[in-house]
Amino acid sequence: MITLLLVSVLTFFVIQILPGDPALLMLGTEGTPEVYARLRSEMNLDRPLLERYVRWFMDFLQGQWGNSWRYSMPVRELVARAFPLSLSLAFLAVGVALLFAVPTGMFMAAKPRSVSARFLSVITQVGLGLPQFWVGLLLIQTFAVSLGFLPAGGSSSPLSLVLPTLTLALPRAAILSRFMRVGMADALKQDYIRTARAKGLARNVVFFKHALRNGALAVLTVAGLQFAELLAGTIVVEQVFGLPGVGQLLLAGVFQRDLPLVQAVVMVIVFLILLLDLAFDLGLGLLDPRIRYE
Amino acid sequence: MNTSKWGIVLVGIIIAFTIFGYIYTPYDPSEVRVTERLQSPGQGHLLGTDHFGRDVLSRILVGGRVSLLVGIIAVTLGSALGTLLGLLAGFRGGVCEELLMRFSTTLQAFPSILLALLFASIWEPGVQVVLWSIAIGNIPSFLRLTRSQVLSIKKHPYVEAARAIGAKDLAIMLRHVIPNLQDALLVQFTVSLAGAILVEASLSYLGVGIQPPSPSWGRMLREAQGYASLAPWALLAPGVFIALTVLGFNLLGDTWIFRREDVLKRE
Repeated sequence: MITLLLVSVLTFFVIQILPGDPALLMLGTEGTPEVYARLRSEMNLDRPLLERYVRWFMDFLQGQWGNSWRYSMPVRELVARAFPLSLSLAFLAVGVALLFAVPTGMFMAAKPRSVSARFLSVITQVGLGLPQFWVGLLLIQTFAVSLGFLPAGGSSSPLSLVLPTLTLALPRAAILSRFMRVGMADALKQDYIRTARAKGLARNVVFFKHALRNGALAVLTVAGLQFAELLAGTIVVEQVFGLPGVGQLLLAGVFQRDLPLVQAVVMVIVFLILLLDLAFDLGLGLLDPRIRYE
Repeated sequence: MNTSKWGIVLVGIIIAFTIFGYIYTPYDPSEVRVTERLQSPGQGHLLGTDHFGRDVLSRILVGGRVSLLVGIIAVTLGSALGTLLGLLAGFRGGVCEELLMRFSTTLQAFPSILLALLFASIWEPGVQVVLWSIAIGNIPSFLRLTRSQVLSIKKHPYVEAARAIGAKDLAIMLRHVIPNLQDALLVQFTVSLAGAILVEASLSYLGVGIQPPSPSWGRMLREAQGYASLAPWALLAPGVFIALTVLGFNLLGDTWIFRREDVLKRE
């Protein structure tokens, strides 16, 4: 809760304290001093900073996010329209990434010395360094332009989400599979694994039933730590594919100096990150009885 | 060759390549030649030309320097601030620690890219946006790392001994804690640098980072996307260089982790 408050303070004051006058920004180069003065009082800019903050935050909590300067419509409507797309993209990507990462990581842990495991290790290492948007550009070039069987952008059909999802998922899968390997390798070294093998259980049973539980937990923990990065990635990937999600909304706000829009979108994204983190921690506690909260 | 050497080799190549760009480029990187637009890689232009007829290889040679410099300065700034605050949190404890950790959690909820967009809505998009967002974005990881290291180093008998003979906090910090921090910080620094290069490229791609006319790899990709069907080669080279740089720094970080583990084992 305190973090939420601090986040709002930070978002608000970054915009207010940094050099630059919102009213001046909005007017641009044209505008008489009288118009400027009227605008300042309309925007409450002549009020003390603290009062403005309290007013803004209370309004924000009540869902009154003000009007976008450029679109001349409530920011809340704009955000509500854009959010479902971004969220579904983010969740799809996590799902797909885990789908790739879990088997890959398990394989690398099971046969660490094999040629294919080493090959996978190199691939995932390279994957860590790939810029996400570049992966997207290459996917468009291959599947949309050269082969032409998937749409390159837009959001008209479910098919158009395939490439963005892959773009978000692939670098993530590289990281997660490496954690999966480490998690599995750690789990396999534990005493209870040796015990299970010693009492005569088949190698596969031990691997899939005993080791996998603890190995997978490590990956889930990491996957949960990445919500911030995931949402940041979504912003970029939406731009690559021209998807009308929050990322595009935010960028439009930035380039058009639409401060109410930027403030609200940033707040919503950060709140969402905090909320997801919290939900995830609680969920993990249910899965792993060893984790206890004070 | 041992895989851990690849980091040094790759980073060395990238840095040499960038320095080479100061000495020589085949063409003027920003000279527009309308008659040589969109030429495919081959004779004359090794990596082809872009939609303005600018030589892609020359632009790549020059495009890395801003990314590297901004990355290094930003991570240095972020790590210095983070380490300082971490030392404070680890040594002082109590309310001070509580507040600093709260501050760190708050910052963690802001990915660098989001911070950059927030800054860019007030400032003009440009280098300073990238610099500050990466620096601030790196504070929490260094703060947490330093604090946890300080807490564990403080438990060692030699710190207690130093305290017993009357050493002050500051002296203990300088003489005993900071030297023990170096390795861990070095690893974190290198890995953060890899992250910084990625963030810078993304921001320049989005258009809020490094601005034309100075070429940057991220910006080149943004421009190349516009004419990708006419000149797909322009999409390849900048991405490959970003990826190699990030890979290099990541591997270098791994090398230092291994070396550190070796040292710990010997002890």
